[in-house]
Amino acid sequence: MTDNREITVPLSSVAIPRRKAGTIALVGNPNAGKSTVFNRLTGMRQHTGNYPGVTVEKKTGRVSLPEGEFDLIDLPGTYGMSPYSADERIAVDVLLGRMPGTPPPDGILAIVDSTQLYQSLYFLQQLIELERPLLVALTMTDVARRNGAHIDIDGLSERLGGVPIVPVVATTGRGFPELKRRLAELPHTAPPRAVGVWPELRRTAESLLAELRPASPTVGIADMERALIDDDAVTTAWWERMFDAGARQRIMEARRELFGDEPARAVEARERYRWIRQVLSDVQQEGSTLERQGARLSAWLSRPWPATGLFLLSMAVVFQAVFAWATPLMDLIDGAVSGIGHYLAGVLPESMFTSFLVDGVIAGVGSVVIFLPQILILFLFLILMEDTGYLARAAFLVDRAMRSVGLSGHSVIPLLSGFACAVPAIMATRVIPNRRDRIATILAAPFMTCSARLPVYALLIAAFVPDRSVGFLNLQGLVLFGLYILSIVGGVGTALLLKRSALRGERPTFMLALPEFRYPNLRTVAIKLLERTRIFLRRAGTVIFAVAVVIWALAYFPRSDAVEQAADAASVQASAEYEGAVLEKRLQEIENRAAADQLAQSWLGRAGHVIAPVFHPLGWDWRVSAAVIAGFPAREVVIAVLGTIYAVGDEADEERLSARLNAATWPDGSPVFTLPVVLGLLVFYAWCLQCVATLAVIRRETNSWRWPVFAWAYMTGLGYLGAFVVYQVFSR
Amino acid sequence: MTLKDLRRGDRVRISSVDPADPGVQRLMMLGLVEGTELTFLHSSLGGDPLEFRVHGTSISMRQDQARRFRVEPLDGNDR
Repeated sequence: MTDNREITVPLSSVAIPRRKAGTIALVGNPNAGKSTVFNRLTGMRQHTGNYPGVTVEKKTGRVSLPEGEFDLIDLPGTYGMSPYSADERIAVDVLLGRMPGTPPPDGILAIVDSTQLYQSLYFLQQLIELERPLLVALTMTDVARRNGAHIDIDGLSERLGGVPIVPVVATTGRGFPELKRRLAELPHTAPPRAVGVWPELRRTAESLLAELRPASPTVGIADMERALIDDDAVTTAWWERMFDAGARQRIMEARRELFGDEPARAVEARERYRWIRQVLSDVQQEGSTLERQGARLSAWLSRPWPATGLFLLSMAVVFQAVFAWATPLMDLIDGAVSGIGHYLAGVLPESMFTSFLVDGVIAGVGSVVIFLPQILILFLFLILMEDTGYLARAAFLVDRAMRSVGLSGHSVIPLLSGFACAVPAIMATRVIPNRRDRIATILAAPFMTCSARLPVYALLIAAFVPDRSVGFLNLQGLVLFGLYILSIVGGVGTALLLKRSALRGERPTFMLALPEFRYPNLRTVAIKLLERTRIFLRRAGTVIFAVAVVIWALAYFPRSDAVEQAADAASVQASAEYEGAVLEKRLQEIENRAAADQLAQSWLGRAGHVIAPVFHPLGWDWRVSAAVIAGFPAREVVIAVLGTIYAVGDEADEERLSARLNAATWPDGSPVFTLPVVLGLLVFYAWCLQCVATLAVIRRETNSWRWPVFAWAYMTGLGYLGAFVVYQVFSR
Repeated sequence: MTLKDLRRGDRVRISSVDPADPGVQRLMMLGLVEGTELTFLHSSLGGDPLEFRVHGTSISMRQDQARRFRVEPLDGNDR
């Protein structure tokens, strides 16, 4: 698309790289349609990074205009210049030019939802006071008109100091040619005139600025106003750097004069909304919003009982989709990966390289790709919930219930997602505004019984839990149910514990502007889905792959010639004694035996022996210990390793593996897998964090190694303890 | 009467706000100041949080914050 455009520009600019014409900050209230405008302006030319020291995403995109290339920074949504969360702090810092590594923007593009002019004008006033080139894109004008609302755009522009206002419909692209034209001129547009919203504040700020000598020449009126109003730690720290003690004294005095004993932010709200009401009564005729179909429907659907029904229904649909749609795809991928592996193992000579390729690389890639179907489906639903505005509704519905476990309603969707896969669940915690709540949710989510635990549960339960009924219930089903309960207890208990200790803080307020239901924009959904998939593949995928290769190496090296020779000798002997199908079966047995022996003396097998004493109190022998170590990158791997280690091949069907596990004995002949051992093992897998993808994502989302290390140690410890207690209690 | 004492559908005007709580200050930033007119839509499961309609926007808050807003009934209210 952009290539075509290059051809139409004058030759002079084709020869040299396109001129960078400026950086523009894209700002607006949450849910104002900011990301739709961003996507429409930049298309796929987006880049996601992080701001230094925080986990807030820095999204930038390129806009190509005849005048040159513009960088558009998509700032987190905020209602004003007084930040209440890390995201909002970023937006404010960038606008004030205080963000390291992000130069002050050359211009500001403000997105204003025309159905919510009342709240939008608050932030818009503050943006005008920044005295930078400013352009307003008025979105949802189609909706406003349908509601019967009328906005006098020229009048509004006049009241806002002459700010250019372009009405757009982001979903259809109407108004965008005009918006782009204005955008190109923006860096050279004069800033809006002062509006005179709150003359006292401005006068005080001006005289203070003239009187005091700030340490930096860039300090302007807007900085001074914020210094007078905001008394949070970050703003205070900033002006303590900018002014000497005497000047700070003057600022404190000016504050008292302006606000008396009232909180400055409350006074600011009163002053600004007084002005907003005046302006609105002049330029807007409000539509009868409550008459709107969409509003009426969402109002009804938000009543407790319809909302509960809708919530259960949507969760049912999501889980049905994740498990029913993803399973055939996963089987397909599984089949393809092992098919390729078999093929290569067949045509390539038996060698270390072949094993590396088949069991290391291909199996490693497979273990990444196998996650994709369900992760994609879960991502899709999460994005749809976000885009339709449902996420906020769900948070509103369950807030009360979640508060009883120390969290807020925002945590519910991430936690429920954990029942499918912890990776998207942890990435979904970004909607949680309170940082402590977010960390507590991140640490609780991996407890939820994810789909990777199910094959482990299925194998162990089918093999060792007697298939008999307890009353009208089935014992096997009961155990599985118990494991789900255990996962919830573990997760909720952890959140409660953390919120009472390391993450204790004042109770966060639950405050939301609830967006109305709206149709998702397919383009936005597609772009978000692609981006999250890319994040998964890059962050989690690479780590999963690397660890899979390391585990392969541990299980492959060192090779024992003695085992090889014994196997060869046995094969020769078998060929002499048997023939046909019997011979084939014999040879397969010999091969499996050899693989088991090789594994036994590999680094992994030796590690199993070394660590076995640690797991002895749980009733595990060295084989189980080795398999658990091998399952570190992904818990479901434990089944394949058990298959190899018990000499039934790594793709043995469950029945043969069960039979083999049932027959496994200690050196003294007593069985290894008794019911207490198996129940302990199940508890261990319910609580331990054997998933390197989850660890990688926790690292990314908390921006530190502290939390993934803590989560791993804590959950493994808890799993060990649980298995220990269960084994000791049931063995008596 | 405060915002937490309303019945579904009540229309009220805010008469005074106790702004000590930062959560309340944030709600003021969203336009809930003296003189603002709003409608109580409903409470959530278990009676909390509450949802209001303010100038075409739905705003939700917990009872903790709601009781900081004193209100007076508007026309059409029988209370």
